[in-house]
Amino acid sequence: MREFAYHRPGDLQAAVALLADGESRPVSGGMTLLPTMKQRLAAPPALVDLSTIPGMAGVTVEGRTVTVGALSTHESVASSPEIVACIPALASLAGVIGDPAVRHRGTIGGSVANADPGADYPAAVLGLDATVVTDRREIGADDFFIGLFTTALAPDEIITAIRFPVPDAAGYAKFRSQASRFALVGVFVARFGPFVRVAVTGAAPCVFRQKDIEEVLARDFTPSALTRISIAPSGLNSDIHADSEYRAHLVMVMARRAVEQALGAPARP
Amino acid sequence: MKVELSINGRAVSADIPPSLLLSDFLRENCELTGTHVGCDTSQCGACVVHVDGVSMKSCTLLAVAMDGRSVTTIEGLAGTVGAELHPMQEAFHVNHGLQCGFCTPGMIMSAVDFAKRHPSPTEGEVRRWLEGNICRCTGYQNIVAAILAGTKAMHAPQGD
Amino acid sequence: MNAHTGIGASILRKEDRRFITGKGNYVADIRRPGMLRGVFLRSPHAHARIKGIDTKAAAAMDGVAAIFTGADLAADGVGGLPCAWGVSNADGTPMKEPARSAMAVDKVRCVGDAVAFIVAETLEQALVAAEAVVVDYEPLPAVVSMLDAIRPGAPAVFDDIPNNTCFDWECGDAQATAAAFAKAAHVARISLVNNRLVGNPMEPRAAVAEYDSGRDHYTMWTTSQFPHVVKVLMGNFVLNIPQHKLRIVAPDVGGGFGVKQFLYAEEVITTWASRKTGRPIKWINERSDGFLSDAHGRDHVSEAELALDESGRFLGLKVRTIANMGGYLSTFGPNIPTNLYGLLLAGVYTTPAIHCEVKGVFTNTVPVDAYRGAGRPEATFLLERLVDVAASEMNIDKVEIRRLNMIDASQYPYQTPVIVKYDSGDPKACLDTALKEADWAGFAERKAASKARGLLRGIGVCTYIEACGLAPSRIVQSLGARAGIFESATVRMHVTGDVTVLIGTHNHGQGHETTFAQIVSEMLSVPTDKIEIVFGDTDKVQFGLGTYGSRSLAVGGTALAKATNKIIAKGAKIAAHMLEAADTDIVFEKGSFKIAGTDRSKSLGEVVGAAYGLVNFPIDVLEPGMEEKAFYDPVNFTYPGGAHIAEVEIDPESGVVELVSYVAVDDIGTVINPMIVGGQLHGGIAQGVGQALYENCVYDEASGQMLTGSFMDYCMPRADNLPNMQITTQSTQCTHTSFGVKGCGEVGTIGSPATVINAVVDALSHLGVNHVDMPATPGRVWRLIHNSATQLRAAE
Repeated sequence: MREFAYHRPGDLQAAVALLADGESRPVSGGMTLLPTMKQRLAAPPALVDLSTIPGMAGVTVEGRTVTVGALSTHESVASSPEIVACIPALASLAGVIGDPAVRHRGTIGGSVANADPGADYPAAVLGLDATVVTDRREIGADDFFIGLFTTALAPDEIITAIRFPVPDAAGYAKFRSQASRFALVGVFVARFGPFVRVAVTGAAPCVFRQKDIEEVLARDFTPSALTRISIAPSGLNSDIHADSEYRAHLVMVMARRAVEQALGAPARP
Repeated sequence: MKVELSINGRAVSADIPPSLLLSDFLRENCELTGTHVGCDTSQCGACVVHVDGVSMKSCTLLAVAMDGRSVTTIEGLAGTVGAELHPMQEAFHVNHGLQCGFCTPGMIMSAVDFAKRHPSPTEGEVRRWLEGNICRCTGYQNIVAAILAGTKAMHAPQGD
Repeated sequence: MNAHTGIGASILRKEDRRFITGKGNYVADIRRPGMLRGVFLRSPHAHARIKGIDTKAAAAMDGVAAIFTGADLAADGVGGLPCAWGVSNADGTPMKEPARSAMAVDKVRCVGDAVAFIVAETLEQALVAAEAVVVDYEPLPAVVSMLDAIRPGAPAVFDDIPNNTCFDWECGDAQATAAAFAKAAHVARISLVNNRLVGNPMEPRAAVAEYDSGRDHYTMWTTSQFPHVVKVLMGNFVLNIPQHKLRIVAPDVGGGFGVKQFLYAEEVITTWASRKTGRPIKWINERSDGFLSDAHGRDHVSEAELALDESGRFLGLKVRTIANMGGYLSTFGPNIPTNLYGLLLAGVYTTPAIHCEVKGVFTNTVPVDAYRGAGRPEATFLLERLVDVAASEMNIDKVEIRRLNMIDASQYPYQTPVIVKYDSGDPKACLDTALKEADWAGFAERKAASKARGLLRGIGVCTYIEACGLAPSRIVQSLGARAGIFESATVRMHVTGDVTVLIGTHNHGQGHETTFAQIVSEMLSVPTDKIEIVFGDTDKVQFGLGTYGSRSLAVGGTALAKATNKIIAKGAKIAAHMLEAADTDIVFEKGSFKIAGTDRSKSLGEVVGAAYGLVNFPIDVLEPGMEEKAFYDPVNFTYPGGAHIAEVEIDPESGVVELVSYVAVDDIGTVINPMIVGGQLHGGIAQGVGQALYENCVYDEASGQMLTGSFMDYCMPRADNLPNMQITTQSTQCTHTSFGVKGCGEVGTIGSPATVINAVVDALSHLGVNHVDMPATPGRVWRLIHNSATQLRAAE
């Protein structure tokens, strides 16, 4: 990869300052950025390594809110006893990201900031109506994901934590691309009292909510409630791995399976 | 840029460019060529090493980011148990868990981390763990057998 | 001597230690003093004229030692890459054989075609400079599909080759086949695609070349399955380097599968550039460059018809195949879809009349050549799919239709209607064992259990035969091979009785260092830890043809056995002298030379000691020393075969196919090391399962771009894609190799695609599905289920 300057700031403010040029890039696990740079598709002048900034990793639970530090690795989320107890669907989602070696290094902040259309975390953030906490503000999930690899973050803005409200029930069903193991379609379903949120990743350029499924599930939170509805393929991704019609179909299949899990069925491998 | 780390229990300091990947640092600067590179999309796992005891893909780590950390490669694995061969290395040999040998170092390093976390694993758990380690020769069957045997050996009571 | 280490013993591999401790010596690990790094700039266009290449700015960049283009090679008299196997058209005229320069000069013919070689002090400097090389391309319309390539008005890959047609080959008897079809009670038909594959050994290709100006001598370390052939082809036909001035070393090689059995442009250019720059050069392919420059495999479109009588007996087989050659002819390209395909279409059946026509077609894609199985998986897939279709259409049990048509053990040697003559085999026995091992009879119960879990279960059976042990020189030369394909081995006994074997085959995972040692151990009663197998270095091993076509044991092993027999024969003469007996009275048993019928003997160690000791040695009648070499040129191919059975479960909601069981019963001749054979079978089957369910190399038809250029899009089978496979060998002995060995490297890949797809089709047969193209991906399978459900609803 192209040469670049490397900074390892000791605190958040220093990190933000180093990103002020708008071209330098923050990096934590680097599981997406470094492969991109290796393929010479990105050549930032500097990398600002956030991974040693204190206080940005770990899980805390306060009342009905689980706060996950941005530097928490996928593995630490998957195996966090607090998350397993409060939002098991989030833990199991983290446990199917990438592969073990990637989960040991990749972080939730990096994944959410990157907003890869095939990433898993955006489905949880949007499905759980999480709040993205940055160095300067808090952004609601509905306002955070804007498009393909695009979020509401400013170029020098750094995610410090994600705050997840604890749902009454939640489930995540992922249909992997056989080759890349990214989500071809992933559906996160969460019920908060009478309200249901359904977030879909992998199917379109950006994670999105599927409101008609939400409405049906709000009335009847069972897999069978979904057997009679379908979604339109228009706007969904179409590629050699899955055309949009198949993806639309998979959204419904994965939604049913996510509901099954939310109701206590074990996740399918 | 100056970096100080431990590699296979030995303190190493070097002045290296920030763009140097850990895999290249190990292979080119440290002459530890047991760590292999089999793809450019961070998928094949031939490059897996341990960073502070945890399996990671050295082709997707900056060497400078390893400052202050402890890296173990296939060459140093046996040293971690003070034997000529680590039980997992022995298990790969005994179970014919390798053919061309190219994926083997990463496979073994990945397996050792798995075994630490799963003292009595199922075959399915082994197969799922290997999602990030690709082998083209073995059909994985004897690798899975080797990992099950190696895990058992690693958790066997001392003196067993 | 301790435990038995000879034939039949599952001893652990001698070569393992260096690999499990990280001490393997792969080409990428080699470092030479003053070594430069080279990278290739590759064409982003599928088809374009090169109007100019400007290297000036790039050449002036930091660390750049030199930049070479195709014009530089041409100016220096570098020749084109030769094709080593030509085939003829049905009318007897030769195939079209366009010149292939090592680097594109006037035109690029596929994405990935190399246009410049950039050599710099560091890899990064070479990569940066490569970005600064300016190539002025005039893009041309490209054609990637074979069917498009032969349509009138298609873009011409080569300006002077009409219809993009390399050859129109045929085998068999058209007239007899037509006659058979005329009396058929039923004709079963199938159209199918054999998907393009990328072999992807885990070690990317690489080369390190060093020119020694003091000796005017070249050394190249390369990831090759056949270093001696590289030496002849590259030295003699391309670079004009005298053979005694060129050394090729293929050290540890991380998998081959055919991908590394060709002469590649990168090997030539790296070697040539090491002289031009005066410094050693290392080139390592990135994986994504490998997708664009390793020769690919398979890629056929076929139509076939099987004529049957009313009882289901096969009367005749007609096959028409279009095979993709890619943008150039690779080393063995034309041979694969012809001789290694058409000649196998009898399978294990007594079909009396066969006619096969194959059209080889140029397209703007990476060249296609041998990949594990090479032609034989394609033949097996077509035949075994067609048999299933026939069985289903005639409502005959698919096992019974196979049994009805199988060659009986008593019919061997069996002359097929397509040239080859099988020496040995017992396909019915393999089938019967497979049915038992797979509990075929219990399938209905398992299907019901799957159904209760909402899953569609299917079972598939496939029988196969292959021709391997490449190759009988006389036969293959009549089929177009431009050289003999024998093998040689040298057995060197050291004065201490330890043994070094030098052999021309190449070990890149197959366990040769163990298996060959077992042969010598068996014959000489020397333990395997006293035997070293040396290969892969043209300065050490006098000659060899390398490893491919499941030939190493059948051909190399037989050469080794012949050389070892010469050791025994010579030892007998020395022992006779020592024992003051006649040569003819000496027998060799358990490591000792004995006077037959007496207890007087000399151990092998004593005899070898005498051979080098020269005290009282009959030097005027016998050469001292103990080193013997032998060549072996087989009289026929070997014909492994077998029966495989697989079961799949399909999730009808998502279309996901899970392979839940796999049983293989193979006749591979005598087994030297069952453990190693098991590993070869596992790996071979996994690659065939990969073709059936996961792997597919796809080009965009409009742009000619490869859409599956990395592991992100080209699915490599993972551990969780495969079940534990059940491997059984049930062997007859080959009649013409030492010990009756046949070969096992490719059988798994040959039998498995049809087995798996037959199971998938079986699971979907209630929906009216009679064929699924490979790979049976979830999207493809869901589409079949969805369409049949839609049709069903429409019918209601």
